[in-house]
Amino acid sequence: MTYHIPWIVFLLPLFSFIIISFILRPFLNYRPKLGGYVTIGAIGAACALSFWLLVEVLSAPGHKLEIPDIQWLLIGDLSIHIGLMVDALTAVMLIVVTIVSLTVQIYSQGYMHGDPGYHRYYAFMSLFTACMLGLVMADNLVFLYLFWEGVGLCSYLLIGFWFHRPAAADAAKKAFIVTRLGDFGFLAAILFLFYKTGTFDIGELHGLAIAGTLTGTTLTWVAIGIFAGAVGKSAQFPLHVWLPDAMEGPTPVSALIHAATMVAAGVFLVARFFPLFENSEMALTSVAVIGGFTAIFAATMGLVMTDIKRVLAYSTISQLGYMMLGLGAGGIAIGIFHLFNHAFFKALLFLGAGSVNHSTGTFDMREMGGLRKAMPWTYATFLIASLSIAGIWPLSGFWSKDEILVSSFANNPILFYLAMITVFMTAFYMFRAVFLTFGGEYRGGASSEHGSHGAHQLHESPKVMVIPLVVLAALSIFSGWLNVTGRFDEFLGHGEVHSFTQGFFGILTHPLPWISLILAGSGILLAYAMYSAKWLSAEAIGKAFSPFYALFSRKYWFDELYERVIVGRVLVDGLFAGCGFFDSRGVDGAVNGVADGTAAAGRALRQAQSGQLQVYAMAIAVGIVAIMVCFYLFG
Amino acid sequence: MIVSELHLMTPELSLLGFALVVILLDLFIKQKKVLAGVSIAGLIVSAGFTLAMWGAPTIDIFYAMLAVDRFALFFKFLLLAAAGLIILASQDYVSKFERFQGEYYALVLISAVGMMLLTAAADLISIYVALELSGISLYVLASFLKDQKSTEAGLKYLLLGAVASAVLLYGMALVFGLTGKTCLLCIADVVETMPIAGLLDNPALLLGIILLAAGFGFKIACVPFQMWVPDVYEGAPTPITAYLSVASKAAGFAVIVRVFFVALGAPSWLSIDWGILFAILSAITMTLGNVVAIVQTNIKRMLGYSSIAQAGYLMVGLATVGVAVGADALGRSGLLFFLMSYAVTNLGAFIAVIAISNKIDSDLIGDYTGMGKRAPLLAVALTLCLVSLIGLPPTAGLIAKIYIFNAAVHHGLLWLVIVAVINSCISAYYYLRVVKVMWLGAPVSEEKVPSSWALRASLSLCCLGVLLLGVIPGSFVGMAEAAVRIFGS
Repeated sequence: MTYHIPWIVFLLPLFSFIIISFILRPFLNYRPKLGGYVTIGAIGAACALSFWLLVEVLSAPGHKLEIPDIQWLLIGDLSIHIGLMVDALTAVMLIVVTIVSLTVQIYSQGYMHGDPGYHRYYAFMSLFTACMLGLVMADNLVFLYLFWEGVGLCSYLLIGFWFHRPAAADAAKKAFIVTRLGDFGFLAAILFLFYKTGTFDIGELHGLAIAGTLTGTTLTWVAIGIFAGAVGKSAQFPLHVWLPDAMEGPTPVSALIHAATMVAAGVFLVARFFPLFENSEMALTSVAVIGGFTAIFAATMGLVMTDIKRVLAYSTISQLGYMMLGLGAGGIAIGIFHLFNHAFFKALLFLGAGSVNHSTGTFDMREMGGLRKAMPWTYATFLIASLSIAGIWPLSGFWSKDEILVSSFANNPILFYLAMITVFMTAFYMFRAVFLTFGGEYRGGASSEHGSHGAHQLHESPKVMVIPLVVLAALSIFSGWLNVTGRFDEFLGHGEVHSFTQGFFGILTHPLPWISLILAGSGILLAYAMYSAKWLSAEAIGKAFSPFYALFSRKYWFDELYERVIVGRVLVDGLFAGCGFFDSRGVDGAVNGVADGTAAAGRALRQAQSGQLQVYAMAIAVGIVAIMVCFYLFG
Repeated sequence: MIVSELHLMTPELSLLGFALVVILLDLFIKQKKVLAGVSIAGLIVSAGFTLAMWGAPTIDIFYAMLAVDRFALFFKFLLLAAAGLIILASQDYVSKFERFQGEYYALVLISAVGMMLLTAAADLISIYVALELSGISLYVLASFLKDQKSTEAGLKYLLLGAVASAVLLYGMALVFGLTGKTCLLCIADVVETMPIAGLLDNPALLLGIILLAAGFGFKIACVPFQMWVPDVYEGAPTPITAYLSVASKAAGFAVIVRVFFVALGAPSWLSIDWGILFAILSAITMTLGNVVAIVQTNIKRMLGYSSIAQAGYLMVGLATVGVAVGADALGRSGLLFFLMSYAVTNLGAFIAVIAISNKIDSDLIGDYTGMGKRAPLLAVALTLCLVSLIGLPPTAGLIAKIYIFNAAVHHGLLWLVIVAVINSCISAYYYLRVVKVMWLGAPVSEEKVPSSWALRASLSLCCLGVLLLGVIPGSFVGMAEAAVRIFGS
């Protein structure tokens, strides 16, 4: 029975997509909420089954379930198998994906209420979840790549959900194209791997890497190629530009993308192929360096953004950098543990931002303020998530961030210092957002992202939106405690298990956590000083550091670099123009020649179809004679 | 003896009984839709009998005139399913006839009986009788509209069919003259021991085989015996066109496999010779079908040429059966799987065309413009079927092509597979053109194109088949393999 559960987990949201898209259509007009219920039911069941799988994996030998492959097709000696794998990594990812997806779907019932695309939204969300679940369970590279692209496609569809808005359509295209660059590396790595090893099976590839058959430059190139895919999907430098623009999608979509599905796929991919990375010093260093650099690089931009979703977007990039750093410097367990904790508090932050928008109708923090009283639940949960992401003991973010800092301290001092500075910045920009949004007095508002609320009252969001916030808030506090005893590390690989109290309080006897706590505390304090107590003038500081301010707020001119210089000059004027010339003269000529030739042959042959019966009968006779003659000539 | 064997013919006999009941009921019943219901009931009953016999042991009945084996049962079931879908899809179409609605249904059933007998026939005599039984009903059906085009179609089909029958009879006469036998297994015994080392040593046998191939080639529309196809397909009532393109073709392939493999399967040089013959005809057939399909503007004619091209792919399987010399059954089971896939796909495409063309009153591809907006479900179904005809995932067409091409490559027919793959690429052009017109073209009017529940039901069944064969092909492959196992090896 256990063998079927992974398939059921995958198929539930997929069927939800199919049912909403093809079967429920006629009924949707008079049962407008049906689509949401189907999705929530399917993902809820998938979530429950994921917990079951987790329990199974916990008790399984080697924390790996043996799931027999299904033979999809057997023709003669051509045999095609499909299969899923469930190991510790998969089990953790299943939990993350299904919980976040479930809370997001429930929340969306309130957020998307009355949107004309309500069912399209839920259909895509189901498909998105299904693709991500398939991705984390795939046991071979072909399947993995299929779902990898499926996730990309769904994010395209959802970022561009309000496709009538040019900004949304552009953002969707940008996300698709930029991640495509990384995918190219990933695909090249897959093909190269297959060429070298002759297998697509992930388990076998792990075995080859561990046994040392796969080594040297081959392995390094493969690992770099895989990492390129992860860089694209996880919005790491230099392919980070798509993620902030992806804010154009509905906010619950952002929550899902940032927490559990799209961007998590990149980190997951590195973790999935960790045995390959492990054997290549260079690949592992690249992961750590890109991650560490991205963490601080994105944090600087987060400092100055005025749109709350953009602050969160840069914080996601920064936190993903932490995860990569954790993977590169520490290993699977450390990187994935941060992904695990981050999923909950980041989903919560986005859903909180959505809740704020639901009330104020804007994402611009300059037009908010004073929401603390009007939206107590949103405020409290947002505050918890902010404390967690800032890394305040004993919330979840503290535990995973501490591990990353410890491992990078042991590994690479430069990256450690960068990571430490990032801790300070993270605390600052998050609390800047908290104070600007919830502190002080209300400063106005604008129309909501989904239809105008008109001159509206500030109000707390409906229960259906608040309850997911509370659930996620609880997880943002407690999810980090799973590794207080070291059990999480042990589950995902190695690590020693100690008692809870020893881990919970013992950590405070080390100096390193104190340094990071002090840095985080001072970040919060600075934010308080500037945006709440107004001891310091934000404008004055901005002026004093105006070159930096410009650099950060214009995002280091990366969009300009990519759009004007690389796309505009190098590609459009140079490469594309050259290709276009070659295409129109060379390729088109050949293709048109062939096509014209074929069509001419078709027309000529059609002439033979004269409609005359005698001709037809004659053809039979001539055909028989011709075959006979051929037999004698060549036979 | 004979009477005790009658129960093994229950599928055919029950269907014949229902056909007679339909004709009789037609005299009394005003509500002609009932006749369609009775016909479908008859097909279901017959299919039930067929299924019930699946597990029974292989046996030859009526002095080895008919074989009752899984190969025949497989085809019978396929034919019954095709006939059922055709009748379901015909209801709207037929209700426009002023007279002879009962005869229409009865003739479809009777031709189905003929085809079922054809797939089971194991003797030259019974093959010929079954062929004529199915053929004559089809000639009448082709001219059923009684307008100029339909009459022309029926007459052409009749006359050319008569020519083909004559050719076939001549071939049978030669084979009989050389061997003194009419039963296929007996012929095999004689041919195997003939004191010759190649076909050229015995021109009479060579001519006999070529004439047999030509006679059956007419039925499956292989070049150069395909000339009747476009005219008849265009003129005949569209459901009958679909029926011709699927059921008649399937029965034709069944009888070719049985005659050539059973009677002429040994010695090995003989088997290879006709294998190569079919390989060459296959390459010509698919190329001609595809190239001419490109320039068609009428969707029925286009599907007509497309069905010629598909026959070409099917003949890759036939060629494999020959060159494999019984080494393995991949060619045969591949052929059966391809026929299954082709049946659901082509029926689906034709049923969608019936549904659309009947309402917009045009068969021109240009008039399908914007159908994605006017009839989204029909357009989705037609798109799916066309995609399957190209052979793209996740449809039946892909698996069928992989299956049959894989088998051919195994037996050294790489050149033929290369030709076939190039042809598949060419075919994508004209199939996708229809898709493009439907989805990207601007609709000529805002008016929706309605369709009856019967059409939608039959179309859904076809699409379901296309997807099932494409996504979970395993059990269907098993069925095809079980069906060809009776020939040994």
